[in-house]
Amino acid sequence: MPVITIDDRQIEVAPGDTVMDAAHRAGIYIPHFCYHKKLSIAASCRMCLVEVEKVPKPLPACATPATDGMVVRTHSDKAVTAQKGVMEFLLINHPLDCPICDQGGECMLQDIAVGYGGIASRYAEPKRVVKEKDLGPLVATDMTRCIHCSRCVRFGQEIAGIMELGMPGRGEHTEVMPFLESQVTSELSGNVIDLCPVGALTSKPFRYSARPWELSRRKSVSPHDGLGSNLAVHVKDGKVFRFLPLENEAVNECWLADRDRYSYQALNSEERVTRPMVRQGSDWVEVDWQKALAQAAGALKVIHDTHGGEAIGFLASPHQTLEELYLTRQLAGALGCENIDTRLDVADFSADGKLAGIPWLGMPVADLDKLDRVLLVGSSVRKEQPLIAQRLRQAVKRGARLNVVHAADDDLLCRVANKLIAKPSAWVNALAQIANALRESGKDVGAVASDVSGVAVSDAARRVAESLVSGERKAVFLGGLASQHPNAAQLHSLAQAIAQATGAALGFLVSAANQVGAALAGCRPGANGRNAQRMLAEPRKAYVLLGVEPTLDHEPAAQAESALESAELVVLLTAFKVKAMDYAHVVLPIAPFTETAGAFVNMEGRLQAFNGVVPPQGEARPAWKVLRVLGNQLQLSDFDYDSAESVRKAALPEGEDGIAARLDNGICALPVTHLQAGDGVERLGETPIYQLDPLVRRAPALQATQVAADAAVCWANGALIQRLGLSVDRPVRVVQDSGESVLKLGRDDRLPEDVVRVAACHRLTTRLGERFGALRLEKM
Amino acid sequence: MEKIALSAESRALIDLEVAKFPGEQKQSAVMSALRIVQTEKGWLAPETIEAVAEYLGMPAIAAYEVATFYNMYDLKPVGRHKITVCTNLPCQLQGADKIAEHLKAKLGVDFGETTEDGRYTLKEGECMGTCGSGPLCLHNNHKMHAHLTPEAVDKLLDELK
Ligand code: SF4
Ligand code: FES
Ligand code: FES
Repeated sequence: MPVITIDDRQIEVAPGDTVMDAAHRAGIYIPHFCYHKKLSIAASCRMCLVEVEKVPKPLPACATPATDGMVVRTHSDKAVTAQKGVMEFLLINHPLDCPICDQGGECMLQDIAVGYGGIASRYAEPKRVVKEKDLGPLVATDMTRCIHCSRCVRFGQEIAGIMELGMPGRGEHTEVMPFLESQVTSELSGNVIDLCPVGALTSKPFRYSARPWELSRRKSVSPHDGLGSNLAVHVKDGKVFRFLPLENEAVNECWLADRDRYSYQALNSEERVTRPMVRQGSDWVEVDWQKALAQAAGALKVIHDTHGGEAIGFLASPHQTLEELYLTRQLAGALGCENIDTRLDVADFSADGKLAGIPWLGMPVADLDKLDRVLLVGSSVRKEQPLIAQRLRQAVKRGARLNVVHAADDDLLCRVANKLIAKPSAWVNALAQIANALRESGKDVGAVASDVSGVAVSDAARRVAESLVSGERKAVFLGGLASQHPNAAQLHSLAQAIAQATGAALGFLVSAANQVGAALAGCRPGANGRNAQRMLAEPRKAYVLLGVEPTLDHEPAAQAESALESAELVVLLTAFKVKAMDYAHVVLPIAPFTETAGAFVNMEGRLQAFNGVVPPQGEARPAWKVLRVLGNQLQLSDFDYDSAESVRKAALPEGEDGIAARLDNGICALPVTHLQAGDGVERLGETPIYQLDPLVRRAPALQATQVAADAAVCWANGALIQRLGLSVDRPVRVVQDSGESVLKLGRDDRLPEDVVRVAACHRLTTRLGERFGALRLEKM
Repeated sequence: MEKIALSAESRALIDLEVAKFPGEQKQSAVMSALRIVQTEKGWLAPETIEAVAEYLGMPAIAAYEVATFYNMYDLKPVGRHKITVCTNLPCQLQGADKIAEHLKAKLGVDFGETTEDGRYTLKEGECMGTCGSGPLCLHNNHKMHAHLTPEAVDKLLDELK
């Protein structure tokens, strides 16, 4: 290995390392702005100038390859003079408005100016002023402060996959801006705030609310998608002020999706419920915990004693903690109730009982960027798990070939090798085509062989098959839409056949933060129990709802609504005022994840525990405590937990080590029957990115984004719009089953002519039917 | 902003430029493509830049960066005759400032402006690499007039209808 000397220290370097890399490894700090370990080298700021022996001029450490025998000085006179000079130049046009700048206290420019700059400037002339740019509700701009490091521009090009910001102009007329007046819409846009070394790009919702030195930083884990991004929660006076990424190379690297970054707003929203309440007639009366719990326990006991445990249904959210879900399971079990589930978004449960284990990613998250071949089935990955999309983008950049089966030819912001774009009811057929192409080429597709052998193979399917046969590291992933599909089990079975025939890993891109945890905790119906779907289709006498909003988490919403409406008892454990309060009888205010200890198990089976970072608001209490007391009141045995850890221990006796053995995506091959696509126009009903769970639904900044607005639009292909004589941007009547909604019509030619994109789990579409299925558009 | 389409002629010319680069790197032809459409349309409106970007499969902002970097691209409508005077140091030393003053007085416009009749646009240029022939100006990006004197300028202006 080559060895270089930096500041009299000998450092071994890897081939291709720069002086900056070597210094980093040895813990030697070289001031820098444009350099960032995840971005390409720009070498534009010149802050990292160092002296290199035998080179007459100082060199930028970030762009200078480390070569054997090189002698570098970061603090010699020459280096210091160069650094001082650069600093003086950088500050010439900088407004030095630190007292009113949100970055103050966490500003690289401030820190480096103090450490490496002069005492005063010799520049007394007028400074440049740059007009603000409106980048939307998430990112605030003060472009006069920009030092043109181009980090934000490179982030767009290299990580987000879409160049939304650029640097038009030249010299001192250069300005960072989007094209025209457009706003940034990337689902990763907030990362530019962390990247910007100055106060040019800051968080709009956080703006002017606190100084960094007033905030304490506490660790936590994001409760949204199945990745479980690590969070640094910034708190002050018992209140959460913001979420920033906590670096974890194996999970979220140094990034955070906007959903994970801005959902904190909901924690402090007016919609929190902070007092226990019981219903008296049509009114809610605030009561103390004792009374509320006694009432809930008493009523549950009555239902149990008169109708038996199976008259109760337990519906829990997969965004709740492992401990909460485990205790819910215990409570149900003790009441002799096997009706318990977290899968409110699933329509096809025919795989239950045929699975080899708990569905999971099938590999470590960190291995995603190393894949060579990928087949993505029914996954709107940019919306479902924005940072998984980022990982796949990096894989494609390294040469991976990405194949897609979906109902919309969405831009994944990376090159897609082959795609089968067809309406949802044709997906089984699409996978059968791929399987049959493999079979025809002599691969063993196992038990599905006879089912698929009659399926005509399209060229695209053949190309997908060929693509998957080649390459070393490969994977077939089933996305959220595939899991929500009415033939999810057949898709699973076919995906397994394709994976086995090609030597690919089979994985699920899990949509919810603790979906794997919920399965581990046993929040699944027992042998005689009802799954989420049946619990609502066959109304129960009583429901216990933990963190769910059935009319937004379940499709069709009307089914959930009528089941709850007709119930004799609905016990609601919720952190927010929700629609279900219309039918509930007892409201037990629980603490969101920032106010309780707990753990999530992410899609790769990683157990991530966290502590509460602020005290519960008002009378709200951690749900595990509420459930424990509920258990005590019902005089259930084994309900004496004194900490979240003790619950976790009971839930996972072998701890994290026991998890891996329970994860398995295998499925007993099912007969593939749904080979014929349906007739007519079909709905593509995704859960919108900012409607995933109660928290994001209540984050105003996220709801103000263009992405959120787009989710309220009914999207159709131009040809369909024309055929039906409809007009874009006008209201259109969407009719499905017996319900209808009026939505604005938008044109999206990336959709096939027979697919209409109408969001599910959205307050504007609750009167419609299933996520997928026949649907009609009518002129108003 | 309305989307516009490039004319068949422009597309044919751009295709010739694109062919000079590897198939994966269509965007390498962006400078030529912008020049081609500017010659056709007279200037580069945002929608024109967007159309070029779309044709080359690159982000509009990236094409806009190029269009704003080089000053031979016109981002605002220009008169029939665009006169660009080099005002960099070597030309200045040879009297470019006087030529510029003369042009401004004669046309009644400043740098970056167009005469009311739409006949002339005056622009400030950067070194054109022929400093030995200064002071000088460029007419409509294509023809250079060297060793300018006030008289030569008057004559030139008269010739440009
Ligand atoms: S806005 Fe910030 S990140 Fe972007 S170029 Fe300017 S200083 Fe760098
Ligand atoms: S960090 Fe090296 S030039 Fe900017
Ligand atoms: S300075 Fe005018 S041409 Fe070079």
